[in-house]
Amino acid sequence: MPHPRESFDRHLHELQDDLLVMGSMVEKALERSMEALKTRNLEMAHHVIEDDVKINQKRFDIEEKCVELIATQQPMASDLRVIIAVLNIIVDLERIADHAEGNAKIAVMIGKEPPLKPLIDLPRMNQKTVDMLRRSLDAFCNRDAEAARSLCGEDDEVDNLYDQVFRELLTFMAEDSKTITRATRLIWVGHNLERSADRVTNICERVVYLVTGKMSEICVSKY
Amino acid sequence: MGTSEAKIEARRFGFYYGKREALKDVNLKVKEHQITALIGPSGCGKSTFLRALNRMNDTIIGARAEGEVLLDGCNIYAPGVDVVELRKRVGMVFQQPNPFPKTIFENVAFGPRVLGLDRKVSLDEVVERSLRSAALWDEVKDALNKSGLALSGGQQQRLCIARALATEPEVLLMDEPCSALDPQSTLRIEDLMNELKEHYTIVIVTHNMQQAARVSDWTGFLLLGDLVEYDKTAELFSRPKDKRTDDYITGRFG
Repeated sequence: MPHPRESFDRHLHELQDDLLVMGSMVEKALERSMEALKTRNLEMAHHVIEDDVKINQKRFDIEEKCVELIATQQPMASDLRVIIAVLNIIVDLERIADHAEGNAKIAVMIGKEPPLKPLIDLPRMNQKTVDMLRRSLDAFCNRDAEAARSLCGEDDEVDNLYDQVFRELLTFMAEDSKTITRATRLIWVGHNLERSADRVTNICERVVYLVTGKMSEICVSKY
Repeated sequence: MGTSEAKIEARRFGFYYGKREALKDVNLKVKEHQITALIGPSGCGKSTFLRALNRMNDTIIGARAEGEVLLDGCNIYAPGVDVVELRKRVGMVFQQPNPFPKTIFENVAFGPRVLGLDRKVSLDEVVERSLRSAALWDEVKDALNKSGLALSGGQQQRLCIARALATEPEVLLMDEPCSALDPQSTLRIEDLMNELKEHYTIVIVTHNMQQAARVSDWTGFLLLGDLVEYDKTAELFSRPKDKRTDDYITGRFG
């Protein structure tokens, strides 16, 4: 006789796999949008914009599966918390992907204009955000509330880089008003990344909820 | 929720069938005008506990209780307690609807007749009031002289509830009251329980965890005679504190 939970457990595992697939799609969107900005690769920027549709679809697919599991399995306690956590996390992932898409659109807007400056801090912000995102999903898979809590603290690094980017670009604009358009667009990029990292802290909060059952704001971002 | 008084309180309550320990050291407060559900795998002691609340286990040879069960602060296991009076105050509804092979009217009138009726109220009034409380009146008011056995399963169970209410109990014990009923009748009984809790304190034993989650305010999880966890229902079903509770309600064992 099969174990009574066999099928349900398989569905829960699939749900987790789907979440990880979506997570890697979002990571890729972040990485490629920054690559497009750095190397002024418009083709790559268009790919990110096109692929956002797939990420949105993935989010709906996962949501659909969650609804089916709730309707057919009446999950409770830790099972219920997995599904509720997934339902929330996919919203954050989808929104991070929108920010990546936004950056790809900015890359298209900038087009072949002469670069204002080589991009250094923005790629660092991006790298940090991708790293945090990956580790937040690791914490989800490992049911590691401690890791999730400490990850939230790392959001400060992204915020500090954003401050730096903002100050630097402000200097450009103050010195030469002809740079205002280009500098403003780069500030938007920084803002998108700052928002993305904040979304990662939301994911971390969901991991803590999944493990402990407690819903709370762990860290309040500077922005 | 949470502020109301304990109608029933088990204090270090244990129960034995001969040498077998069915309940160990159970401490639990049943709040007044609330629905308390008891869940747990077969043999966990939940039905034993329920039946202990009106001393239905007394007749079992070799059965023995330890500790106290307080009803409004008085120990029902104290010497000299009138068990008939106790069962009048603490009524019971069973798993299988078990109407007497009598008319609907006589089914409901039986308790008041046996126990003696308050002379200011007529039997007709008691029967009507009880059937109304059990949400059955409108369906049977023109057929009171028909046999109780002619009703559907769901109606029979509501008839049994009306019969239990006729003696004006304070507490209603329900042992798997819906397990023999279809989903529609089950929902009717659950709705009814919600109405009844305004006037009565209800304790229900159920194998159906969805039902416990739907209908109760408080839930106790028993395992091998231990009360593992007792908490507000929403709390117990969303974030149980004990791993064993989580394992049971997610179907990992039991």
